[in-house]
Amino acid sequence: MEKLYQEIILDHYRTPHHFGLRDPFDAEVHHVNPTCGDEVTLRVRLEPADDNDDPIVTDISYEAMGCSISQASTSVLTDLAIGRPLSEVLATLGEFTTMVTSRGTIEGDEDVLGDGIAFAGVSKYPARVKCALLGWMAFKDAAVQSVEASAAP
Amino acid sequence: MTDQLTASAVGAQADVIGPTAGDVPEHPVLSAAELTAAQDVPVSGAALSPADIDRIRADFPILERTVRDGKPLVYLDSGATAQRPVPVIDAEQEYVTGHNAAVHRGAHQLAEEATDFFESARQRIAAFIGAGNPDEVIFTKNATESLNLVAYSFGNATFSDQPAAQRFKLGPGDEIVVTEMEHHANLIPWQELCRRTGATLRWFKVTEDFRLDLSEIDELINARTRVVAFTHQSNVLGTINPVEILVAAAQKVGALTVLDACQSVPHMPVDVSALGVDFAAFSGHKMFGPSGVGVLYGRYDLLAAMPPFLTGGSMIEQVFIDHATFAAPPARFEAGVPMTSQAVGLGAAVDYLGDVGMKAVAAHEASLTGYALQQLSANPGLRIIGPAGTVDRGGAVSFVVDGVHAHDVGQILDDAGVQVRVGHHCAWPLHRRFGIAATVRASFALYNTPAEVDALVAAVADSQRFFGVG
Repeated sequence: MEKLYQEIILDHYRTPHHFGLRDPFDAEVHHVNPTCGDEVTLRVRLEPADDNDDPIVTDISYEAMGCSISQASTSVLTDLAIGRPLSEVLATLGEFTTMVTSRGTIEGDEDVLGDGIAFAGVSKYPARVKCALLGWMAFKDAAVQSVEASAAP
Repeated sequence: MTDQLTASAVGAQADVIGPTAGDVPEHPVLSAAELTAAQDVPVSGAALSPADIDRIRADFPILERTVRDGKPLVYLDSGATAQRPVPVIDAEQEYVTGHNAAVHRGAHQLAEEATDFFESARQRIAAFIGAGNPDEVIFTKNATESLNLVAYSFGNATFSDQPAAQRFKLGPGDEIVVTEMEHHANLIPWQELCRRTGATLRWFKVTEDFRLDLSEIDELINARTRVVAFTHQSNVLGTINPVEILVAAAQKVGALTVLDACQSVPHMPVDVSALGVDFAAFSGHKMFGPSGVGVLYGRYDLLAAMPPFLTGGSMIEQVFIDHATFAAPPARFEAGVPMTSQAVGLGAAVDYLGDVGMKAVAAHEASLTGYALQQLSANPGLRIIGPAGTVDRGGAVSFVVDGVHAHDVGQILDDAGVQVRVGHHCAWPLHRRFGIAATVRASFALYNTPAEVDALVAAVADSQRFFGVG
């Protein structure tokens, strides 16, 4: 059990980072896990970079109701994403998704995932994968909407 | 008496199963009188002793396995799906290895035997639930399909020009009444039927003490009411609803009653004729039978007037290139080749339950439920979502643990080998009613023991320690 519920996860669960909904934001999404009823409302704020067209994720704010895994993974996501270029965050998201859906076959790269590596144990429990991905998928959705909104004339 | 019944179950288990082509089915087609007699034989109501339960457990091979690194399996999720005893597994195997053919088709010997197996199962299931006529038992793939069958048939009646179907027509001004404690399977088909026909959906609320709020029954069930669909026993709360009151109110205004009996038929004596309901639905896999088979009971005169749901082979009377007429029930509602071995297995499951006696099953589960409620209530950080006592209450025990999400409780329980369900249990509106996202649910069956309740209680306390709230 300690492999699944690492101390990092329990810490983020008890004290989630960047919790609450804030302005300004470019897109807000509401995602649910239909199997358990867990919910997250998440906002993303992107700002143009000075020297290229890869925007910076300047804020992720959220309200969520859910289990320790879903709450902690959303909190970890905000730590990993805020202040970084969107392309890097999406690469991290890809790595995180690959790890947690691997049924324990892919350990994950700590250099890429940071605290996200603590969720490696989730991959052995297929029923919990959706919990770990709830906030991340909400972010992906909101980021896409933000980019589309900024591209619109 | 209980010794006798378990001996018979063990006897069935010991039978060598092999190719037995040419054998007559184990359960020949019975007359109505024999069916009535058969139903009366086993029930004694005598309490099952721990030794009886040990012998019953031995009939369920899966209960011997371990999970999560060698922990004994503590299976407390029978409300989701129950495990199967050897006689059920053997009955399916006997049918498949010795008698398999497409039923009601062909004139060869195997087809005759297969049809006898299938129809014998229908007769025994009809007797088990007190249906007056085996033709009132329709095989479906599960209770969800049974409930959809009724809802879609009423929807089809709305667009039918058949005189007999007119009584089921629905439209604006008509009302369908459900309850706030329904499983989605007895809610969404009615939501959708209302959407298609313009009828209005209404519902009974649930009180703070987890019972149906009947205070507005005369307003809710009124001259506009056409259907009253409700669960016999809540799959979350365990609450057993007052069928007689709801049926009387529906009958007074000429509304049809649809009973979700998924959580009652496996756990207590249910006599659909005595209850007076027009329809009842239940699933095989929740009552020691196979998955892939469910039952719709319907009053014959209603079934005979209802339009079909699924159409195609086997459900016809005559077919022309541009139209068709339909067979009498139950065939009208059993299009295509049915789930034959599953129906045979369900027949064996009702034999098994009948041999134990449903009063004895109910008494054993009530005793487990009472013990679980008592032990869990002693935990101050835990709140039972359901009636506190065993009166008008079945063996689904749902709860929330302060400070620990149901998924996390379930994970710690799973690590201890205790298999429960977590989430909203397909009753999301009920969870919303109580302002909770998810509950932990332990649900009991005949094979569970007080020691398993102890394992549950201990694992819940472990989860509180693990998350630092205990």
